[in-house]
Amino acid sequence: MELIASLAIGVLAGSGVWLLLRPRTFQVIVGLALLSYAVNLFIFSTGGLRSGAAAILRGGETGSLADYADPLPQALVLTAIVIGFATTALLLVVLLAARGLTGSDHVDGRERER
Amino acid sequence: MTGLADHLLIAPIVVPMIAGAAMILIGERRRNLVALVGLVSTITLLLLAGTLLALANEPTVRIYRLGDWPSLFGIVLVLDRLSAVMLGLAAVLGFSAFLFSLGRWHRAGAFFHPLFQFQLMGLNGAFLTGDLFNLFVFFEVMLAASYGMALHGSGVARVRAGLHYLVVNLLASLLFLVGVSVVYGIAGTLNMADLALRMRDIVAEDRGLLETGLAVMGIAFLVKAAMWPMGFWLPPTYAAATTPAAAILSILSKVGIYSVLRVWLLLFGGEAGASAGFGANWLLVGGLLTIAFGTIAVLATQNLPRLAGASVLISSGTLLAAIGAGQVAVTGGALYYMVSSVLAIGAFFLLIELVERGREVGADVLAVTRAAFGAREEEEELEEQEVVGVVIPGTLAILGVAFMTCALLLAGLPPLSGFLAKFTMLSAVLGPEGEPVHRTASALMIGFIVSGFATVIAMVRTGIDVFWTNPVRRPPRIGVVEIGPIALLLLLCAALTAGAGPAMGYMQAAARELHTPVAYLHGVFTGRPDNPR
Repeated sequence: MELIASLAIGVLAGSGVWLLLRPRTFQVIVGLALLSYAVNLFIFSTGGLRSGAAAILRGGETGSLADYADPLPQALVLTAIVIGFATTALLLVVLLAARGLTGSDHVDGRERER
Repeated sequence: MTGLADHLLIAPIVVPMIAGAAMILIGERRRNLVALVGLVSTITLLLLAGTLLALANEPTVRIYRLGDWPSLFGIVLVLDRLSAVMLGLAAVLGFSAFLFSLGRWHRAGAFFHPLFQFQLMGLNGAFLTGDLFNLFVFFEVMLAASYGMALHGSGVARVRAGLHYLVVNLLASLLFLVGVSVVYGIAGTLNMADLALRMRDIVAEDRGLLETGLAVMGIAFLVKAAMWPMGFWLPPTYAAATTPAAAILSILSKVGIYSVLRVWLLLFGGEAGASAGFGANWLLVGGLLTIAFGTIAVLATQNLPRLAGASVLISSGTLLAAIGAGQVAVTGGALYYMVSSVLAIGAFFLLIELVERGREVGADVLAVTRAAFGAREEEEELEEQEVVGVVIPGTLAILGVAFMTCALLLAGLPPLSGFLAKFTMLSAVLGPEGEPVHRTASALMIGFIVSGFATVIAMVRTGIDVFWTNPVRRPPRIGVVEIGPIALLLLLCAALTAGAGPAMGYMQAAARELHTPVAYLHGVFTGRPDNPR
């Protein structure tokens, strides 16, 4: 479980960084989105990963505090998702404006001379 | 927790929030009403900041528990001297930039005023919060508004610089989140005071990871503070932004400095056990490199907005290096320097637009090149004969005086507060007479003095070029609401110089409070006054 989660986070983050370093604005925005997924998963995993656990309680059990997942990382990740979503939307608008104003989808607003 | 006065602490966040929301409801078309709401809000913020500055000047730290939850479970706002100083700066700069925008800039695009209010809300929240995750949330509020502010007025240059600014800051926010979650995973708390208490008892295996998490978070702060090599976004963004937006953005870099001061000194102070002083050398060296980069940038720039951007870099670098020195007296001087430089840079950003108004387009772009090649000399000789005997117009004289004051403040020349600040930091870092000068001290001294010298050269060169070499034919038309804020900011600097004794005392008290955060911890855990552990 830990291995799969960390591999997934690693792959997402790696692809995100690669795309972020690309020269096209669309690649950058997709890269940022992937990176934010990686970060969200990472925050989520700091609460501890368990497989095969009941959502809240197993039937017929009283349960103790140890049975519950830590709610704080979930609250954090929720906030992070909302904020990330909003800023990505804003970035998308700026991207379109930049494309319209400069006539190029290069991040510098102009193509590099070859 | 019942009196109205107790709720004052949250007012700097609530007032701009309500004002911003009201502005959106009022609608863009009723411009005067929106401006009136903005005026009321910014003046209220000024009064609040003044009150809080006075309230914070006591040995205990005030806290505000939202929903009256105990500090460890709920969200707390903390007011100490540093927060109060930062609130004051934000309020003064906000008021000035707001007044200035009424001249004409607020009409350059949609939703200027609501964004401005949300910007102030984010700033104030970041200065008040006592919780790492809320710091993140307020950072985002502030940044989201600042994206809008940086893009206000649109245009190719703004959108291009704004795109870079957005991407860099989004990435920094992601790093912030990574840091926060690592810290939570290890320490199990995000409350800064609680974290500070737990620092000592972190087991050795986890300590490295926790330090890594805090370092990753620190990168996010340092991106905001524009430390070299993470500050390349700053000069183009600030230069491209509209004037009032640039003035308010200039305090955003100080939010990074504030966070470093708050988090670093709280968590890695003397109480931190094995982690004490973690990363001090990075701050020191990074700060010095930032000063070096800013110095080169100041000398290399050929237009005024970029010159101001480069001054922001120098100011950030100076502060980081001074904080990295890790001495109480130096931090006190650095706080004084921060106030002086934020006011001066704010005034400078506002001034630039007035100076540039009415000049021929591109007059300054090639100024240096032109001087180097000696072109246009014949023309100028002809002009000189006409110019002799002409009285300098009143407007230009005022602008010139303001420009000169800014130059003195930014370069740290006597007699103004910039000099006092640098002098305090240097005399503190050099220590008592007769002791051998430490390497850190000499590096700081060289950095401060060389950067000041470079600023003098750059400002004098630009000043000569703007005011003497090719003066404008007709003095630019300038409204009272435009020159007023500049005068206000510069007069505050003068007041800071005149009242240097009390001001410096306040800053030194703030610095002591930061280096030995007993009052801070005590304040947050008022429920358990004797032994917070």
